[in-house]
Amino acid sequence: MEFDFIPIILSLKVAFASVVIVTCSCIPIASFMAKHEFVGKDVVESLIALPLVLPPSVIGFMLLVFFGKNGPMGKLLEQWFQIKVVFTLAGAVIAAAVVSFPLMYQAVKAAIESIDQNLEQAARTLGAREYRVFFTITLPLAWNGIMAGFVLAFARSLGEFGATLMIAGNIPGKTQTMPLAIYFDNDAGDLRQASILVILMTVFSFLVIYGVNRWRRGLRRDSRGDGI
Amino acid sequence: MFKAHFKKKLPTFELEVDISLSQGILALVGSSGAGKTTILQCLAGLQTPSWGEINIHDKIVFSSEYGKDVPIRNRHIGYLFQDYALFPHMTVEKNVVYGKPKKGSNPNKALTATNVLQMLKIEHLRNRYPKQISGGEKQRVALARALMTEPELLLLDEPLSALDQDTRSSLQQELLKLQAQWQIPFILVTHDVQEAEMLGDQIIKLDHGKQEVLKKLTIAQ
Repeated sequence: MEFDFIPIILSLKVAFASVVIVTCSCIPIASFMAKHEFVGKDVVESLIALPLVLPPSVIGFMLLVFFGKNGPMGKLLEQWFQIKVVFTLAGAVIAAAVVSFPLMYQAVKAAIESIDQNLEQAARTLGAREYRVFFTITLPLAWNGIMAGFVLAFARSLGEFGATLMIAGNIPGKTQTMPLAIYFDNDAGDLRQASILVILMTVFSFLVIYGVNRWRRGLRRDSRGDGI
Repeated sequence: MFKAHFKKKLPTFELEVDISLSQGILALVGSSGAGKTTILQCLAGLQTPSWGEINIHDKIVFSSEYGKDVPIRNRHIGYLFQDYALFPHMTVEKNVVYGKPKKGSNPNKALTATNVLQMLKIEHLRNRYPKQISGGEKQRVALARALMTEPELLLLDEPLSALDQDTRSSLQQELLKLQAQWQIPFILVTHDVQEAEMLGDQIIKLDHGKQEVLKKLTIAQ
């Protein structure tokens, strides 16, 4: 039987779309949370981190309720934009984005919090407006943390299984991503296809973790600097 | 002319400030936690006083009575941070031109990065990054960066405290020259009374928020 590449392509599409959504939403939210204190901040942060600890089936169930045909967002998206979420690749993207958001959020927030506040204050004393401070000081100095979060979120999106199965289903050629294909190929006794996908995912995940660790070690070495 | 009369509530005491300066260097001395840096931060707009008024060049930049609090970027104050706060991802030259006004306020000065770098003898460092230069050089870069904004008042927060004695002595002389050349008031925070005596035309000692004048201005106002 010929090897089926479509799950790999679908997984890559889902992971890329998911990290784009997560990056665009995470940077402003994490920046705001890193800089502001308000009543209920702990509650908001706990809600953001919830997908890290909730079983995927619970996330999938919530997404179905929210984005289903009769759910508030599901109705809105279908009526206004003719976008269906359930049993489509859009559902897989949303599931991947929800589970990878906390990883990106934590990486970006930690990176922004680690910036010496005097640098941002110095920029203000030099006449910079807030948007200039953000784009010329905060963002470049948090860049490595953002990239680390980006890679982790990509890897997490690629590996998403439970919530994706619940909201996007397992439709070969349409919503069957790599993790789903591995499960169902194994179930159907196609061990060759499953094994290749398992090897690919394992190698990729190893490279991501190895790469991020090497990068962080390099950054720690750089931050010590070659001071005189 | 610079004038400030304000109060600022701090966790353990209330800071009360009443200072004015038209020219020269005002040195603020006092032990750690006496409120020296808080004064500079209130003047620059990095902290807000609880009460009072701050005037720079006859413009009110803060007034509790009129509810006025001019943003940091519009106060035209140069601020030299204790740790210099140089942007680590920018070269010395990019650091220096970061705050350069688009149109110089004083066309006679024709201020360029090259002028300022030459004046502070750091032109050869223009393509280096902050981590590649020494403490004394960082101090000069931070000074150049602050001066490029053509400030009306320069605040220096313990600018020499992290330097060795030799560098410190030479930079003390340079600060004096720079002030004479630039003709704007400097406010210098230090915990070293000798340094304050050497550099300050006026010296104010701070102790738990109360100020004591150690030396009055003697130069022509």
